[in-house]
Amino acid sequence: MSAEERVLTGSHFMLGDHACAEGAMAAGCDFFAGYPITPSTEIAERLSNRLPAVGAIFVQMEDELASMAALVGASLAGARAMTATSGPGFSLMMENVGMAAMMEAPCVVVNVQRGAPSTGLPTLVGQSDMMQAKWGSHGDYEIVAYSPSSPQECFDHVIKAFNTADRWRIPVFVMADELIGHMTERVVIPPADQIPRVERKRPRHKPGDESFLPFLAEDEDLVPPIVHAGEGYRVNFDSLTHNEKGYPATFAEPHDRLVRRLVNKIRLHADQIAECEETFLDDAEVAVVAYGSTARSARQAVNEARQQGIRVGLLRLITVWPFPESKVRELSDQVKAFVVPELNLGQMSRETERFTSRPVIGVNHAGGVMMAPAPILDAIREAVR
Amino acid sequence: MAGVLIRQPLDRAIVKIPRGQIYIIPDRCKGCGFCIDFCPRDVLVETSDMNAKGYHYPVVAEGKEEECVACQFCSIVCPEFAIYSEEIGK
Amino acid sequence: MSMGEIVAEGHPIDTVFRTDRLPHIWCPGCGIGPAVHAYAQAILESGIPRDRHVCASGIGCTGRAPGYLDVDSYHTTHGRAIPFAMAMALVKPELEVTVFSGDGDLFAIGGNHFIHAARRNVDINVICINNFTYGMTGGQVGPTTPLGARATTAPYGNYEPPFNLPYLAAATGAVFVARWTALHVRQLKKAILRAMQKKGFTFIEVLAPCPVGFGNPNDIGDALEEVWLYRERCVVDHRAHLPDLEIDLRHKDAPFVMGNFVDIERKPFDPLAMMKDQEE
Repeated sequence: MSAEERVLTGSHFMLGDHACAEGAMAAGCDFFAGYPITPSTEIAERLSNRLPAVGAIFVQMEDELASMAALVGASLAGARAMTATSGPGFSLMMENVGMAAMMEAPCVVVNVQRGAPSTGLPTLVGQSDMMQAKWGSHGDYEIVAYSPSSPQECFDHVIKAFNTADRWRIPVFVMADELIGHMTERVVIPPADQIPRVERKRPRHKPGDESFLPFLAEDEDLVPPIVHAGEGYRVNFDSLTHNEKGYPATFAEPHDRLVRRLVNKIRLHADQIAECEETFLDDAEVAVVAYGSTARSARQAVNEARQQGIRVGLLRLITVWPFPESKVRELSDQVKAFVVPELNLGQMSRETERFTSRPVIGVNHAGGVMMAPAPILDAIREAVR
Repeated sequence: MAGVLIRQPLDRAIVKIPRGQIYIIPDRCKGCGFCIDFCPRDVLVETSDMNAKGYHYPVVAEGKEEECVACQFCSIVCPEFAIYSEEIGK
Repeated sequence: MSMGEIVAEGHPIDTVFRTDRLPHIWCPGCGIGPAVHAYAQAILESGIPRDRHVCASGIGCTGRAPGYLDVDSYHTTHGRAIPFAMAMALVKPELEVTVFSGDGDLFAIGGNHFIHAARRNVDINVICINNFTYGMTGGQVGPTTPLGARATTAPYGNYEPPFNLPYLAAATGAVFVARWTALHVRQLKKAILRAMQKKGFTFIEVLAPCPVGFGNPNDIGDALEEVWLYRERCVVDHRAHLPDLEIDLRHKDAPFVMGNFVDIERKPFDPLAMMKDQEE
């Protein structure tokens, strides 16, 4: 199938969810396994149509537990694998997010967040899964999470997610929300040869080489080369803690060594991975930290505040995880306070608090409606005082 | 008596009963006793010796050295891959 | 002229094993050993290159099996080996994918995945070691524990009716269904070979002793005694009426029925091909 059929080059008026699907197509997604859940179902529906057309696999699994397990299997067979879900499904997937982290299986999970907790507010926006993206599965591990603020970014961030997943051998999340997922806006899709693609690191050793240690990370990035099923390496991939040979090694020393490497893969390279967008921050007295759909309202509030003479800037998170801590530390020397608007009762505000001793003013709502610029503007005014 | 003569296989002159040689890997044995109990020719017995882990592994019983027919059952039923037979002359 | 035993360094089947990991962790007489041995023999005799064989498992004593085999092996999360294996089989159809796992892993936590994979007729082999218990965690009751049997979480005796696994597998769509034991290793190997040749979802149940977790609380002295139980009570009937295949330990005359019960043809799960068929 030609690359052109995968990539719908051109300018479109497109639903956010569909843009996620088109991002997957453009990124070369080979496998989608998912379960219907509002407000992400449109992603699955689009891909059920688009993937078979290019000879790729779409499967609707029996539940999200199976979907995530399937993603890890597909990934370790060599496929670029993705799923899409919302809060309740995200919780179910957490079990095998852990397996993906432990087996270092690259994969992409799109969470189109809705009101929570539990079944919550199925058809309306929320942003309350942000901490769960970082800490959702048990144990210490690190992931990367993107936060699109527009259908265009849905497309762009899914492509980034696949590349980041393959580069670092981790599960990567795209933390969209119902507002962005169900919004229709202009999406520009570039020509196929302009879609960036990062390939997985492959071993220097040949199959059958007894000296090959599949989980030894010889490079500074701490990422071991990946081998796939059927290539002849005959490697053991274990959800149990394991040594460099991949054999279960259930005792303290190799366990600590493995977990530290899994975590340091990302932590020590966070500066390379974290992305954010800065607006009007150079002379700002107040910094607004925002992400997802709320960032759109925050931008409006920041513009209005500037018109009123308030020196405020916007730090928009592109990666929510890793959190751009060095940026926040830097801004702390300059600003009086931070304002963190989010459709949850304080999640990224907590993360902001960790890196500053300045006041962090939250603008919070449990979700169900777009956050208006007005309460953000109020908070900015309060921050300046 | 006459019945016994009639019931012998017609090709008994041509078909030879295989002979087997038992091989054991004593340190793998965990003393489960499957091979000993299920050998169709009762070739094996537990030794009074012990392996490194303290298990009594199987040995060929006295007088049974010619009895093994290389049926391989001990080999395939052993949970530890600690015993096998090889057909002699093959 | 043969002699008494000769001490050897290794076993002919070692070629299929990660010998640097032997001896394995299973208890003396554990039935997983013979079952893995039969599977290993089948790998050798299948005519399918070793590099195309893939083995996935869940959690439990049986789940440790793939780690000992010199193949691409995957020790996944509890109950999730089947969807994992299904994805591998879909992404690389040339792989011979076998799920080797236990009764609790496949039918309690993994039950939903089993029935859907069977329904779809996913082209994988599922080998279930049924030792009637959760062995790794010390012998708890499980979905195949026979009525009346004791377990650490059923100290008064199990009152939950167990699954009849061949019946379940056949009802949900498996194209090959067999039951053997850790003693019936020749028949087991043949059944595994048949399963490997077949396209579609195949299921083989292997009754196996768990002397520590199951035998001990149920007055079965050791693994050998449990295997003699199989020897005495097993009846081979390939044409058995599937609903009657329950394992009943309480009644001394109740047979354990073995056999290759189902061997049928159904379209194996192939999303792209099936979609094309629908369109036409």
